[in-house]
Order: sequence, then C-alpha cells, then structure tokens
Amino acid sequence: MLQIRIHGRGGQGVVTAAEMLSIAAFDQGAHAQAFPSFGSERTGAPVVSFCRIDDRPIRSREPISAPDALIIQDAHLLHQVDVFQGLSPEGYVLINSGRSLADLGVAEVAARLPAGRMITLPASEIAQRHLNRPLPNAVLLGGFAALTGIITLAAVVQAVHTKFKGRVAEANAAAATEAYQMLRVPA
Amino acid sequence: MISQMEGSAAVAQAVALCRPDVICAYPISPQTHIVEGLGALVKGGELAPCEFLNVESEFAAMSVAIGASAAGARTYTATASQGLLFMVEAIYNASGLGLPIVMTVANRAIGAPINIWNDHSDSMSQRDCGWLQLFAESNQEAVDLHIQAFRLAEELSMPVMVCMDGFILTHAYERLDIPSQGQVDAYLPPYDPRQVLDPAEPVSIGAMVGPEAFMEVRYLAHAKQTMALELIPQIAAEFEAGFGRKAGGLVRGYQTEDATTIVVALGSVVGTLEETVDALRAEGHRVGVLSIRSYRPFPLAAVRAALKGCERVVVVEKSFSVGMGGVVSADVRMALSGIQLHGYTVVAGLGGRAITQASLSAMLREAMADRLAPLTFLDLNHDIVNRQLAREAGMRRSGPIAENLLRDVGGKAEVRP
Repeated sequence: MLQIRIHGRGGQGVVTAAEMLSIAAFDQGAHAQAFPSFGSERTGAPVVSFCRIDDRPIRSREPISAPDALIIQDAHLLHQVDVFQGLSPEGYVLINSGRSLADLGVAEVAARLPAGRMITLPASEIAQRHLNRPLPNAVLLGGFAALTGIITLAAVVQAVHTKFKGRVAEANAAAATEAYQMLRVPA
Repeated sequence: MISQMEGSAAVAQAVALCRPDVICAYPISPQTHIVEGLGALVKGGELAPCEFLNVESEFAAMSVAIGASAAGARTYTATASQGLLFMVEAIYNASGLGLPIVMTVANRAIGAPINIWNDHSDSMSQRDCGWLQLFAESNQEAVDLHIQAFRLAEELSMPVMVCMDGFILTHAYERLDIPSQGQVDAYLPPYDPRQVLDPAEPVSIGAMVGPEAFMEVRYLAHAKQTMALELIPQIAAEFEAGFGRKAGGLVRGYQTEDATTIVVALGSVVGTLEETVDALRAEGHRVGVLSIRSYRPFPLAAVRAALKGCERVVVVEKSFSVGMGGVVSADVRMALSGIQLHGYTVVAGLGGRAITQASLSAMLREAMADRLAPLTFLDLNHDIVNRQLAREAGMRRSGPIAENLLRDVGGKAEVRP
C-alpha cells in the first residue's frame, strides 16, 4: 500500500487534490481511499488530506502517520508544521515553490532521502499562468506523476476532468501537463 | 456502476434510487453533502417526482417527515449531533405512529464543548426511541443499507436510522458500486400504506392512549422490533441475491471461529480492527472481530452465539455513558448473561480522536494478557486529566473543564496554585 499525505492551507484545494489523486489511481485500476483532516476548515488555516492506494480493498480508516510521499502545497508550512513526521526513509516529497531546497532550509532533510526524491515545483506560478489563480493542486499532481510514477499523467488529466468541467478542467489539465513535462527525467 | 466517489454523494444517489416522494432537511455537518446532493438531483429533474423541502430546523425536518409519511409519501431526511437532539420529541412520535421514515445519521459528537468530529454519542442517545438503528462499516455498506432500510421500514411500518461515521465515511472517496434503477426497483416495491391522511376522507392519527392500553402499545413496539430480528437477515439475503454482494444483517464475524479474544465494535472502526487482527494473527494470537450491524433491535442471540466460545470480549465503542461507562458494552454483557468470561470496555475515538492500529494493537496485547483495566479510555492524555483533577482537589470552583484543559494543552496553564 502507498500512503500519500498532502499539506496546504484552506482554499488551496488540498482536499480536492487527495480526491483527484484517488480518482487517478482508481482510473488505473487500483483501490484508493481519500479523506481530509476533518476539522472546521477556514481559508488560510493549515489543512491536511490523505490518500491510500493499494491493489486490494483498503480497510484502515486512520489518518496517515507514516507516508510514502508528501505533497506540500504551501512551502511556508515547512517550518510551521511538522510536515515530515513519519515520512518513509525512501519517501518522496514534492514542494510547491520556485526556490531551491537549500533556500527553503530543507536540504538536510532531503539529504536523508535517496537522491532526487525531494524536489520543488513552482506550481502556484504555473497555475497563475493557466488559471489566472494561484491554485496549485492539479499542477502538483502533474508533478507528482513525473516524480513518482505512482500515477500517470493521463490518469491525472482524466481525474481533473472528472472533478471539473469546461474551461476550468482544460486549464488545470494543461497546467498539470506543463508541470509533468517540466519534471520528467528525459529518457 | 463502479466509480470513485465521495460517501455522501453515493448515499445521495442510493436514496434517489429508492424514489423518495418527500425529502426534508436542515443542514448540519457532517450530513450536509448528502442532502445537498439530493437537492441537486431534485432541482436538476433527475429525481422526479419528489418534493425537496428546506425547513427552518431539525425539529421542523422531522415534523415534515411525519406529516409526509402519514400522507403516504416515501420520506427521507438526514441529520447529526445537536440536530438529532433538536428533533428528539418528533423522533419518538415518528416511531410511536409507526411511520416508515428513513433517516441518515452522520455520526458526530454532542457538545458542550462544541465538537464537529465523529463519535457515536448522537445515535446512541436515541437507542431507546423505537427506531431501528443500522450501522455501516464502509461507504459501500452505507449505500446498500439505505436501500435495505426503505424495504425494512415499509415492511415493518417502523422508522429506520442508518448510522454512518461522520467525516470518516461521509467525506471519504472510495471505489463504490452504485446499483441500477432496475435493480433497486426490483428489490423495493412502491410504498403502499394501509392508511393515509387524506382530506377527502378525514381521519386523525396519534390518539391519546391511557393507562389501560399504553403498556400494551409499548409492548407491541418491542414485539415488532423483535420481529425485525427475523426480517433483517432475510432482507439482507434478498439483497445479496439481487445485488451480488453482502451487506447488512445482524452481526458479521471476522476471524471469530477459533478466537479466544473477540473485539466487538460498530461502524467504520471495524475495518481498522480487521487490519489490526490480521497483524496479531500473523504473530499467532487467536483474535477476531464481531461487527454489530443492527444495534436496534439488538441481536442478543446472535451476539451470544458469536461470543460464547471465547475467553475474553473487548468492546471498542465510540460512545460513553457518563457516570456508568460503556453503552454498547452493557448490551453485550446482557447477551452474555450467565457466561463467565473476561469483559473489557474500551472507549475510543470520542470527538474525532483518531483510532490507530498502533493503539488498538497495544491495547489488545494488554487485554490478551488480562492486564487491561475493565474500563479503558484509548489514548487518553492522563497528564492533562490529572492536572485538572489536582486543580479541582485543591481549589473550589476551579472553573470550566474544557477551557482549563485547552490552557493545559496549549502550554499556558495558569500559575495560580
């Protein structure tokens, strides 16, 4: 089973990100479970969501305390919340930022992971260009597909179209595709 | 059709497939997405004919449900927590009048202190109200139980609560199989009550009953719930025949046959318990889980049959009777009358406290060694509890408990002695 935890702020689509990730995994034939950190969400408040992916039905309902992957939608949280808590030593981390890991003060944490497992992606900027709004969730899922290979870009695009309609869906899919191409290691 | 969707959206679709004539609701978390979904289906014309009423309170919601059901309409509503408490007077009337209303309770704690998260305090507070109470382990079961609930309610002429864990199920996305309209129509015939309120032929219902017959009326309500013990498994078996999967019934055992320790629980925590049991089984422990799916009527005989061969029973419950202890535990003890075994009550997950495999596993190891306290609070923070107890011992009028604890949790404990 793969366990993914997403950190961000209320209004950034953190819960929707986990839902889309679960839809993408489902589209690939996997069993998936997504749920939010239940609370009185307010715009700007730290929010967490969770996604489990497995090849058999998922029975556990507890929050994810030992994630295989993290998506950090707001880099300011890196030093406000213990976002790395329980992260697998082989884990993946995708951070929404245009800055370097050293700049963000997380180079030491990155050094404890296999090379290339923690990276940054300027997702809000990409989203701003495509959507006219800095909503990074779908963009980060495109990046997540490139970083981990857990889901395909096609499944992300499909999930975006399941969750959104019309122009919003098109723009999010284009933004996710740009992120994927930006991070994809050339063959 | 199988798709990845939110539990609340799936329940809304399942209820719509049951062709309700009237839906009334007042929004309260974590139930809101269900009636929002139904509202959209009615507004979009996908669920027709159906009247969707936005009412001014939960009391009004149940009152409208009573009126609609008495007039012959298949009627649905949903609520949670304080909303359920606010409709209590009408809830008793619905069952007393024998009206087959189906209501979802998206289980949530009761305040004060205010808390929007999941536990079973709300529906447990209504265990004696004369409604049937079914508990869903998963979102698929929640979908399936709603379809069974209308059938059960109308065959018995009694209201049914379908209880599903708030947020943990209502807000979770999972792979769900939503049946076709044809399947549901074949399983659930149209509602055809024997008596309806009709202005053309006026009658009154809800007559006053004096001491000469009130006991008999109550006895008959109990007799009907006892009959439901026969009907619930039958309706679940017919569901399996029509839909190709198991759901509902009275109880479900997991790894219980040779178990010396059996954990009893209700609702979504059963899944986490199954994972815990698998891990303990891999180490050679003979442990199993018994899921109670029908809480009212309480299946005394089925619970007794499942538990009588084991050495110890651990009831893990998200409910708590202040001044007494377990709520479900008391019923389980009743089922085991005359049987000697070790019994433990574990109160867990109150107000949304996460119930983890790590904590369950540690607790079960203590239980299997018979070192567990008879009444245990899983993951209780003893430090802040003891600080408050010391404060109360040392100071009269030591202030409101909730605010004192929050100061302790936030590290801002008062320095006053």
